[in-house]
Amino acid sequence: MSVIVVLISFSLLIAIGFLIAFLMSVRSGQFDDKYTPSVRILLDDKKTDNNINNSNINKENS
Amino acid sequence: MFETSSTSAIKCYHCGEDCPDDKISIEDHHFCCEGCKIVYQVLHQNDLCTYYAIESTPGTKVKELPSTKKFAFLDDEGLSASLIKFRDSKISRVTFYIPSMHCSSCIWLLENIYKVNPAITESKVNFLAKTVSLTYLHNEVSLRQVVEILTSVGYEPQITLEDTEAKNDSKYLRSLYYKVGIAGFSFGNIMMLSFPEYLALDADSDSIAYLFRYLNVLLSLPVFFYCSTEYFTSAYKSLKKGVINIDFPLSLGIIALFGRSLYEIVSGTGGGYMDSFTGLLFFLLLGKLFQRKTFEALNFERNYRSYFPVSVTVIRKNEETTIPLANIKSGDRLLIRHNELIPADAILFSGEGNIDYSFVTGESTPVVKVPGERIYAGGKQTGGVIEVEAVKDVSQSYLTQLWNDKSFKEEHNSNITEFSNIVSKYFTFILLAVALGAAGYWLTVDYGTALSVFTAVLIVACPCALALSTPFALGNTLRIFSRNNLYLKHTTIVERLAKADTIVFDKTGTLTETGQMTVEYEGEMLSGYEKSLVKSLATNSLHPLSRRILDILNGVRVFPVKNYTEKAGLGISAEVEGKSLKLGSIKLVNGVVTKEHLHEKEESSWNKTIVFLSIDGMIKGKFVFSNVYREGIGGLIDKLKKNFKLFILSGDNESEKTKLRAVFGNDDNLYFNQSPFDKLEFIKKLKNEKKKVIMLGDGLNDAGALAAGDVGISVADDISNFTPASDAIIKGTNLPKLYQYINFSKTTLNIIKFSFVISAMYNLIGIGVAVTGNLSPLFAAILMPVSSVTVIVITVTMTTFFAKRRGLLK
Repeated sequence: MSVIVVLISFSLLIAIGFLIAFLMSVRSGQFDDKYTPSVRILLDDKKTDNNINNSNINKENS
Repeated sequence: MFETSSTSAIKCYHCGEDCPDDKISIEDHHFCCEGCKIVYQVLHQNDLCTYYAIESTPGTKVKELPSTKKFAFLDDEGLSASLIKFRDSKISRVTFYIPSMHCSSCIWLLENIYKVNPAITESKVNFLAKTVSLTYLHNEVSLRQVVEILTSVGYEPQITLEDTEAKNDSKYLRSLYYKVGIAGFSFGNIMMLSFPEYLALDADSDSIAYLFRYLNVLLSLPVFFYCSTEYFTSAYKSLKKGVINIDFPLSLGIIALFGRSLYEIVSGTGGGYMDSFTGLLFFLLLGKLFQRKTFEALNFERNYRSYFPVSVTVIRKNEETTIPLANIKSGDRLLIRHNELIPADAILFSGEGNIDYSFVTGESTPVVKVPGERIYAGGKQTGGVIEVEAVKDVSQSYLTQLWNDKSFKEEHNSNITEFSNIVSKYFTFILLAVALGAAGYWLTVDYGTALSVFTAVLIVACPCALALSTPFALGNTLRIFSRNNLYLKHTTIVERLAKADTIVFDKTGTLTETGQMTVEYEGEMLSGYEKSLVKSLATNSLHPLSRRILDILNGVRVFPVKNYTEKAGLGISAEVEGKSLKLGSIKLVNGVVTKEHLHEKEESSWNKTIVFLSIDGMIKGKFVFSNVYREGIGGLIDKLKKNFKLFILSGDNESEKTKLRAVFGNDDNLYFNQSPFDKLEFIKKLKNEKKKVIMLGDGLNDAGALAAGDVGISVADDISNFTPASDAIIKGTNLPKLYQYINFSKTTLNIIKFSFVISAMYNLIGIGVAVTGNLSPLFAAILMPVSSVTVIVITVTMTTFFAKRRGLLK
């Protein structure tokens, strides 16, 4: 049965890992604004050339 | 008579509004005004024209070209320091509220603002809150320049010196997320680790069962010491005030759950109820999160400071300087330009004052002031530049004194509704009585059972379902209302809406549309010469109707008049160029009311005023003034009339009395010429008579009344505009639905009551088992989540269902 102890401790460790990831994401402000990122991801990278920018966005919008 | 310009099909490339002509253009792009063109040029130069590709015509019309001096006050060290959130040797960080933000192009442009000036290293938009956070190198660019860059691309920040209350709010929200995360984590894992207990595994796995129990204790520690603390503090605070709120029995349940479980595990007598304990906290906190629907872009706490400018131009030693508003002392000489607010009570020193007091009184016609006369704070100068001498400090001025009233300090913000507080009070007493009674009975048998029965009752009867139904039902109602453009500050407002029995309306801007009354001329066409005659006559009168007539008689000559007379309530007459002109009611113009004009009189009853014009005794035609009442207001009043006591408090004069009487039935409840203080006192008086008052208003002049009412609702045509401090904000176009909203609040309260009954049934079953002393962990582990989940599902689905039936949701 001791294998259960190992399994449980691993599962707990993984769960704690996810908990920490969640707490950090809250801390970094990811839950402060849940709307803007959804728009931002559709806008193009800041560094791309302007013309490429235009055509990409037109495609997305159409 | 009043020709409309032929509609041009040309739309402004920047803002999409119709262009008056095609004169303002660059290449093949046309613009409606110089302002839009300049913004385009700035964007074009900086390679930011993607702005126009993301959405078409994303701009906002640039109403006035920013004056170079407008932001001079930002050079003031102390003032800019109060705006900057973070500063080190290199960078500064600042957050601005930008009201004109409205589309994805806005986000793109504001986040690419570094292209205009690379010294702005980072910019991040929060679209819902309409804010942009900027990081810039303050050695290379000043705060003032940053603001000017934003303004130059058409996004002028709204700079006010309000307390940043929203910041604390987001801190609390974060901590709530932490708590939900931790409670959920513990709940899930403890559930899993409790399986040996549920299945009552055999003896050889005992050591593992022990290990699991202690792991459970470990996992539940943060839940008890971190996640549950706000229930303890809330219960303690209300106990200190002598009130028992729902957090008290909750805290008892939490402590009993945790204490009993800890005792069982340490003493080795059982597995405890750690799973129920963490599950309870998880659901409770979820409810809190659900209840907290905040409308970040809306501000319910605004006071006069957000209306007033941050700084003002003063003349000291013959030099113009800008100083922060708070530094104005009586005796300062202030320079007020067109469309600027007068920040403190003052005496007009020079220039022609044309003060629009609509903020203060609701009366929309500007008042003419001559040097030496007193001007009250809150008035807006229209026309030329004036110089005034402040006679009072800003906070001591007539209007701003309103905020010293104690209504503004009253704290009626508690998170828990009145109703559930009353229920939980009785609940707690019954609960304690049952627990003590059962314990007393078992005491005759043995001590151990008595104690365990006592705690078992507290555990099972813990009013979790009770505590869950309210936030979920109200939270859902809040969301439903927000879909209908009624935004509540708090969930408790729903209950107060439902209990109201008196509704008080402001008139101007609330019942009527903000954009003033319209004038139309009907009858024989007037020649240019005749127009001049009318204008000459009307110029002499200061009556609002005459002023409105003048507005539509632009660009014609004025002749001298003779024998000018003004008869109150009837009209004006005079001789112009040897012709006798009359402008007024049919009685004045015609001498008698003839049969053929009788219907005209009736017509002018509800929302129209008719002014007749006669030249040399001949009736030429009539001017029809329509006070633009919001669509559907008549129907709304008709419905409300049956169930509520209605009042009108208008800062305006009595000219509309007859019209309003037609709708309201009688005029006992119509009050005119009300000052902001009168309105406040009136609401207080109603409240002293134990009335539950809903106040609807729109301006600063209603601010006192809005604060004093049980529910203060600001009516706004554009909800991102400034609204005075209030409990709720409603979009003007949705005002006619007010009756449905109030009814729906009542439905919600009934749903909560219904769910109380259900949770009481669960509690009875639980207590029935607990008093016999047979509460197994498995039973508790099943009962607790099942009751919580049923209550949540019932309240949410029922509120949604009824909202759909009432047409509030699609």
